[in-house]
Amino acid sequence: MNPTDLSVMALGGATVLYAIAMVAYAIRLARVADDKVAARAAVAVPAGGAADGLPVEAAAPASSPGAKAAKAAGIARSTTLVGAALHAVGLAARGIDAGHVPWSNMYEYTISGSFFAVLVFLIVQRRRDIAFLGAGVTGFATVALGLALTVLYKDVDTLPPALQSYWLVIHVSIATIVTGIFAVSFIATALQLMRDSRDRGTRWTGDRVRWLDAVPSAPALEALSFRLNAVGFVLWTFTVMAGAIWAEHAWGRYWGWDPKEVWSFVIWVLYAAYLHARTTQGWAGRRSAWLAIAGFAALIANFTVVNLFFQGLHTYAGS
Amino acid sequence: MARVKLDNYVIADAPRLGLRGWLRWIWRQVTSMRVALILLLLLALASIPGSVLPQWPQDAAATRQFISDNAFWGPVLDATGFLDVFGSAWFTAIYVLLFASLIGCIAPRAAHHYRELRRPVAATPRSLARYEGAGPETVASSPDDAVAAARAALRPRAGRLGALTGYRVRVDRREDGSLALAAETGHVRELGNLVFHASLVLVLLAVAYGTLFTYRGQAIVVEGRSFTNAVVAYDTFSSGSLFDPADLDPFTLRLDSLDAEFSDTGRPLHFQANVTFTEPGEDAVRTDISVNHPLESGDAKIYLQGNGYAPVITVRDAAGEVAFSGPVVFLAQDAAYTSTGVIKVPDVSTGEQLGFKATLYPTFLEGPFAVASIHPDPANPVIEMLAYTGDLGLDSGVPQNVYRLDESQLSPVQDADGQPVTLRLALGETVELPDGLGSVTFEELPRYGAFDLRADPSLPYLLVAAMLTLAGLAVSLFASRRKVWVVARSEGAATVVSGAAYAPAHDAGVAAVLERAMAAAAGREATAPAGEREPS
Ligand code: HEM
Repeated sequence: MNPTDLSVMALGGATVLYAIAMVAYAIRLARVADDKVAARAAVAVPAGGAADGLPVEAAAPASSPGAKAAKAAGIARSTTLVGAALHAVGLAARGIDAGHVPWSNMYEYTISGSFFAVLVFLIVQRRRDIAFLGAGVTGFATVALGLALTVLYKDVDTLPPALQSYWLVIHVSIATIVTGIFAVSFIATALQLMRDSRDRGTRWTGDRVRWLDAVPSAPALEALSFRLNAVGFVLWTFTVMAGAIWAEHAWGRYWGWDPKEVWSFVIWVLYAAYLHARTTQGWAGRRSAWLAIAGFAALIANFTVVNLFFQGLHTYAGS
Repeated sequence: MARVKLDNYVIADAPRLGLRGWLRWIWRQVTSMRVALILLLLLALASIPGSVLPQWPQDAAATRQFISDNAFWGPVLDATGFLDVFGSAWFTAIYVLLFASLIGCIAPRAAHHYRELRRPVAATPRSLARYEGAGPETVASSPDDAVAAARAALRPRAGRLGALTGYRVRVDRREDGSLALAAETGHVRELGNLVFHASLVLVLLAVAYGTLFTYRGQAIVVEGRSFTNAVVAYDTFSSGSLFDPADLDPFTLRLDSLDAEFSDTGRPLHFQANVTFTEPGEDAVRTDISVNHPLESGDAKIYLQGNGYAPVITVRDAAGEVAFSGPVVFLAQDAAYTSTGVIKVPDVSTGEQLGFKATLYPTFLEGPFAVASIHPDPANPVIEMLAYTGDLGLDSGVPQNVYRLDESQLSPVQDADGQPVTLRLALGETVELPDGLGSVTFEELPRYGAFDLRADPSLPYLLVAAMLTLAGLAVSLFASRRKVWVVARSEGAATVVSGAAYAPAHDAGVAAVLERAMAAAAGREATAPAGEREPS
């Protein structure tokens, strides 16, 4: 098997596994929410094994809903891990095939950005339980990989002279990693906004979104996405600076308001505004969360719309 | 005056009296967190048109085209600054206000921070019930030993920037006989934040300094020719208002050869200019310039920005005299280097002036309906041209574009049927013009390099300011802001220890620190913190 086929097959396999993981994570959320309802009912009506107010699972047999949630979580975790391993194989094979780092055009950004999103999720997962983000992260990776393989696919090609620089490794790899981090924090922020609406009874209140009861409280989600955004923001600041140094080397000016540069700046300013809003009266909470969402939307626009439709020095990125 | 809370950071005097009150109130508003936030959002919003609409500094030709294509909106957008967003009055107003706000914000915060640093640690609160707590635990040692052990546990670990990042500690013996330890850290976070914001001002100052002293020139050099660094030698030259032309180092740069490598499919692989570089009073140096590898000369750097073909053309007039001979720079129009150029021949010995509009096909291929270049390498170079006679318009005094022929006073050379004649020349060929007007020869096909010389004395300062910004930001976001308290009290022969900690919601690590202090006080192993659990 040649590296091209290996890469595409591994990435295809990863897509399927992520899709399975997404379903399993979603089932887990629903089960955890069911358990909570059951636990609450058990507490409200002191009967059966939960008279002392302990969670039902403490006394219930193995076939209880708690066990079902755990089983779904187990399936989800292992399919995600195997998916990520295949994803890594696919990336490595692509890199070997092309003879350069696999992030030099849109197809390659997409396969590596989605890999970093899953990787960030797995790393944070080792330190604390964030399984509630699993459905979102694997769903994002499924869609990204699916689009990459079907719409964005490009055969390997040599690097144009402008990209033949070690700055491609430094600047673009960090940019791609940041995309992964911001993607995970975006999912946490979206959950925060939904959960917050549910708690206030304004939206997302129905029984069909009862799974929202299984995610942490809005402030806990805010704290989680802030930590990710803080790391992302520092790395993005680095990305922009490294890009400026590279531009100085390659084009003779460190900043020229090329469309890609404009949008990198807009992203940076939006996340800076988000960090300010968190500590500004009247803006903390929902409004600052919307700013983080706007920042992520700008990031995605920078990798899509700006590559495809705007003329600038960065145009090789679209091909 | 009444005190009005604007937000967490600013408490303003509500104006009741006169102009001074108003001015002070406006200043307080400008330096408030909320206004800073709104200005940041405006800055992001205002940048967007700069990527959507064509911009004068980035692409003058596209901008001119846009204005002429949009009879109404073109001039309106141009007049309102939308076609030069980053130089427009409104964009400038936003960032000037933002930086005014920034400076107005940093100065008092720095002063406040300085006082904070010298202020002693606040005493342990009377009641710890409001905070995330630990204990009470009954321990064997005396209160003094327990607190001393907790204090030692909070001491920064060796090898860290202890003095800055460690805990500042205070121990009080309270009225009820208990011993209270208060420890806090977080000054370094605020310091990082101040360094970050102050460095943003440094970045702006460095950029402004660069704008005043920078210069940039562009020159095209054909293989085998030289270029001398002087303002007049450049095709285009621009500089900051404080630049002095005498600062130009009068070196010469000879382009010995230009290597351009393409793949079989015509994708560019590598461009390299092999040059001989001579500085006054020094030996000539042979070196090379390629994309991503500029040549440094003093303050300035020389970049290879483009390349193309400059066919050597010789034109003989009706009398058979050489009226023009030399390389003509052609501009590539596509990836296969189909290039266009213009030849102006004003000095004919007899008859009218001659002009040519020419297209070069490096690897010429003639299809049934069209001709094209199929590869950028000169495998089969062919030039096609239209000839004109008449007045080139060079004497009008208006500077002309060397890449355009002013056809207003020229007429195309026609054949017997009245059709314009297309001349086709392969390399080395000569063709006669109709009506005995003369002949044209395609002698050679050298390449040229388009060089960009740039100097910006602000770069080292900018780099330092940027690194300070990044460092300040990292400290400001990753350093923790925590308070830890441990209270030890004698109860009979035993000692009871309780503790509490306070940190922002996102700081999950504080629990481990509290546990470390408590374990030390109790003389036991620290247990790993439970970590974050799903909410119930
Ligand atoms: C050039 C414009 C500015 C940018 C890019 C910017 C950026 C930032 C960033 C990224 C942070 C996050 C660091 C952290 O949370 O510790 C921050 C924090 C902060 N900024 Fe700014 N800032 C700007 C202007 C201002 C202005 C004008 C003010 C004063 C009104 C200000 C006051 C603050 C304060 C008080 C914090 C600390 C928030 C906290 O964590 O409690 N900033 N700024």
